[in-house]
Amino acid sequence: MAFEREDLNLEATELRLGLPGTDQDQSKEKKTPPGVKTNKRALAADVNEGDEFQSNANSDIKKRGQETAPPSKSQVVGWPPVRSYRKNCFQAKKTETEASGIYVKISMDGAPYLRKMDVKVYKGYSELLRSMEDMFKIKVGDYCEREGYSGSEYVPTYEDKDGDWMLVGDVPWEMFITSCKRLRIMKSSEARGLGCAV
Amino acid sequence: MLKMANSFPEEVLEHVFSFIQSDKDRNSISMVCKSWYEIERWCRRRIFVGNCYAVSPRMVIRRFPEVRSIELKGKPHFADFKLVPEGWGGYVYPWIVAMAVAYPWLEEIRLKRMVVTDESLELIAKSFKNFKVLVLSSCEGFSTDGLAAIAANCRNLRELDLWESEVDDLSGHWLSHFPDTYTSLVSLNISCLGSEVSFSALERLVGRCPNLRSLRLNPAVPLERLANLLRQAPQLVELGTGTCLAELKPDVFSNLAGAFSGCKELKSLSGFWEVVPAYLPAVYSICPGLTSLNLSYASIQSPDLIKLVSQCQNLQRLWVLDYIEDVGLDALAASCKDLRELRVFPSDPFGLEPNVALTEQGLVSVSEGCPKLHSVLYFCRQMSNAALLTIARNQPNFTCFRLCIIEPRTPDYLTLQPLDVGFGAIVEHCKDLQRLSVSGLLTDRVFEYIGTYGKKLEMLSLAFAGDGDLGLHHVLSGCENLRKLEIRDCPFGDKALLDNAAKLETMRSLWMSSCSVSYGACKLLGQKMPRLNVEVIDERGPPDSRPESCPVEKLYIYRSIAGPRIDMPGFVWMMDEDSALRLS
Repeated sequence: MAFEREDLNLEATELRLGLPGTDQDQSKEKKTPPGVKTNKRALAADVNEGDEFQSNANSDIKKRGQETAPPSKSQVVGWPPVRSYRKNCFQAKKTETEASGIYVKISMDGAPYLRKMDVKVYKGYSELLRSMEDMFKIKVGDYCEREGYSGSEYVPTYEDKDGDWMLVGDVPWEMFITSCKRLRIMKSSEARGLGCAV
Repeated sequence: MLKMANSFPEEVLEHVFSFIQSDKDRNSISMVCKSWYEIERWCRRRIFVGNCYAVSPRMVIRRFPEVRSIELKGKPHFADFKLVPEGWGGYVYPWIVAMAVAYPWLEEIRLKRMVVTDESLELIAKSFKNFKVLVLSSCEGFSTDGLAAIAANCRNLRELDLWESEVDDLSGHWLSHFPDTYTSLVSLNISCLGSEVSFSALERLVGRCPNLRSLRLNPAVPLERLANLLRQAPQLVELGTGTCLAELKPDVFSNLAGAFSGCKELKSLSGFWEVVPAYLPAVYSICPGLTSLNLSYASIQSPDLIKLVSQCQNLQRLWVLDYIEDVGLDALAASCKDLRELRVFPSDPFGLEPNVALTEQGLVSVSEGCPKLHSVLYFCRQMSNAALLTIARNQPNFTCFRLCIIEPRTPDYLTLQPLDVGFGAIVEHCKDLQRLSVSGLLTDRVFEYIGTYGKKLEMLSLAFAGDGDLGLHHVLSGCENLRKLEIRDCPFGDKALLDNAAKLETMRSLWMSSCSVSYGACKLLGQKMPRLNVEVIDERGPPDSRPESCPVEKLYIYRSIAGPRIDMPGFVWMMDEDSALRLS
C-alpha cells in the first residue's frame, strides 16, 4: 500500500498549512528545540509556543503514525537524559524492526567499481538475482541444489559471517540476509569448485 | 588546654583517629589544633576528591603522605548525556605519575568519569606492589591492552570493576593474562565489554578464586556457559548474567535452574541482555533471597516481570524498564515491602507516542505500598500535581527524587497547569531530600518552593524550566547545603549568578548550558572570585570574537585551590584575573 502511495504522490497536491515539502507534524518538531546548538538563546517565547501544541501534537501524530513506523522526534542533544549505552541497546532493536536496510557491497569480476544494494528490500532469491542481473547487465544461470548455477559464466556468491565464500541460494532467505556480508559475481573460471557445471 | 592536648602520645591519638573513617569527621579533627592536624594528616589512609581539578596531585601528596586509597571524579555529571564535548579533560595520568612516586603502597584507585589511558593502567600495574582495587566507573580512553597489563602484574588484585566504561575492545584475550597462580579475585565486572573472553580462561579463573563474591559478565557470555560458571562459584553474592538469548532447550534450562539453586548466597542479579522469558523461571529458586535486581536491559514484558518480581519479597533495589507498566508497579508495591530504591528507565525514549501503559499511577502505587522507599528515578510521559502531592504525602522519606517527564515542558495533563505545586509538595514534605531532578512545565514558582524548603538539598538538576533570573536566585540563596547544581536550557542570566557569586565557593560545582549567561558576566565572575575556576566551553570559537553580551554555550564553574588547569582543549576558556598561571 505504501508503495502505491509513493507512486501517486498525493501529498504533493494536498492542501494544508506549512512550507511546501514538509509535513505539518514535522514542522512542529523541527522548530529548533532550545537544546540544539544554535546561536539563539533559550527564550521564554519558546516555552509558551510549546505548550499550545503539547496536547494536540500527540493525537495528530497518533493518526498519522498508523501506516508507517512511528517517527521519532528530532532529538534534542542529551534529552531525555538516558546514557548512551542504554540507547545503543534499543537502537539496535529498532533498526532491526524498522527496516533501515541491510546494505552490502556487490562486486563483479572485471567491473571497474563496486555497487551497494539493500538486500532487505527483496522478498527472496529470485528478486535479488534479477536485481543483480539488471545492475550488471548479465544473466546468471539456473540454480539447482545439487549442481549450483548452470548455463552461464556468471555465478553469484557471498561472503558470510565466518569469512567464507558461499554460493547464493543454498540457505533459507532469512538466514542469508543476516549472514551475508558482501556479494560477488564470480566468473565461472574461478567458480569451479563451488559446484557449478558449465 | 595546651597541656591536655599534648598529654596524649601521638600513637594513642593516631589509634583513636583510625576509628574515624568519614571524610567530614576527619576534616573536623584536623581543625582542632595544629598537632592534631599533623597527626591526622600522617594517618589518613583514604582520600576522596570530588573534582579532580579542585586540587592538584602535588597538594594532596604534600598534605597526606601515607595514602592507601584514592577516589577521583572527573567530568561533570552532564557528560553522561553528551553535553560535555569530547576532549574536555579529566585525565588521570598526571595523578598516577605523581602517586607512583609518592604512594608505592597504594592499594585502591576508584575513578569516575575520567579519561584513563593504557599508559596509566600500565603505570598502575608497574608501580603499586600491593595493588588491590581498581574501579573505573563511566571512564574511557583505555583498551583491553591496559587491562591485560593489570591482569598480568597485579598479584594481589581483589577487585576489577569496569562499571559502564567505554573500552576499546581489541580482543577478549586480556583475561588470559591472569597467571595460573593468581587466586585472590573477589569482584570482577566486565559487563561493558563487547568482545568474547576465552570461556575456558574465565571458567578456570572463577574456579581457582575461592573468595569470588561478585561476577558481572558481559553480553558475549552465552546462556549455555552460565551454569558451569555458577557451579564453579556457588558462593557468589552478586551475579551479572551474560546474554540470555537462546532457544529454549529443556536440558539447558534444568541445568541452569539447578546451578542457580546451588547459589544460596546470591543477593544481587543483573545483566539479562536479550532475555527469552521462558528461561526466567530458572532463577525463581533464589528470588526470595534477592535484595537487588537490575533488569534495565531486558525487554521482558509486564506479565513475566510480575511473575518474577512477586517472588522477590526481600527486594530492596529494583532497576527496570518501563515495560513493567502501572500494573507491574502495583504488583511490586504489593509484594516488595522492603523496597528502598526504584529506577524505571524508558524503553523508547525517542518515540513520540507512549509505547507502554506506564503513567504517574505506577509511582503513586509504589510510594503508597513501599514504606521504606527513599530513592526514585522515574521516566514517564505524563504527570499531575495531584499525583505529586499524593506521592509526597505517602512518602516523606525520599532522599533522592528524580522525575523525568520525557517531553520537555509538559504541563499537568489534567489541569494543563505547570507542575510547580506538585514539586513544591515534594520538597516541602520530604525534609531529608538530598537529590532532586525536576521536569515538565515549571515556572519560577517551583524554585521559590525549592529555595524555601530544600534545606538539605545537595544536588539539583534542572532542564527546560523557569521564567528568568529569579528562579536561579531562589535556589542559590535558599538551598544552604547545595553542592552541585546542573542546569540546561533554562532562561537564567547574569544577575542571579553575579548576585550569588559567594555562594559558588561553598559548592563543588555549577554547570549551565544553553542558558543566558553572557560572556561579560563570566569574565566578571572570574575576576571577582579568584578561588573559582570559571570555564567557558564554546565550540563556536573564541568568545571575544563575539559581543560581550552574547550568551556562552556552556559554563562550568567550580571551586579550586589548584588554580586554572593547564590541560584545557581549544574550546575551553578560563575566566581569570589575568592569563598568568598560578603556582600550585
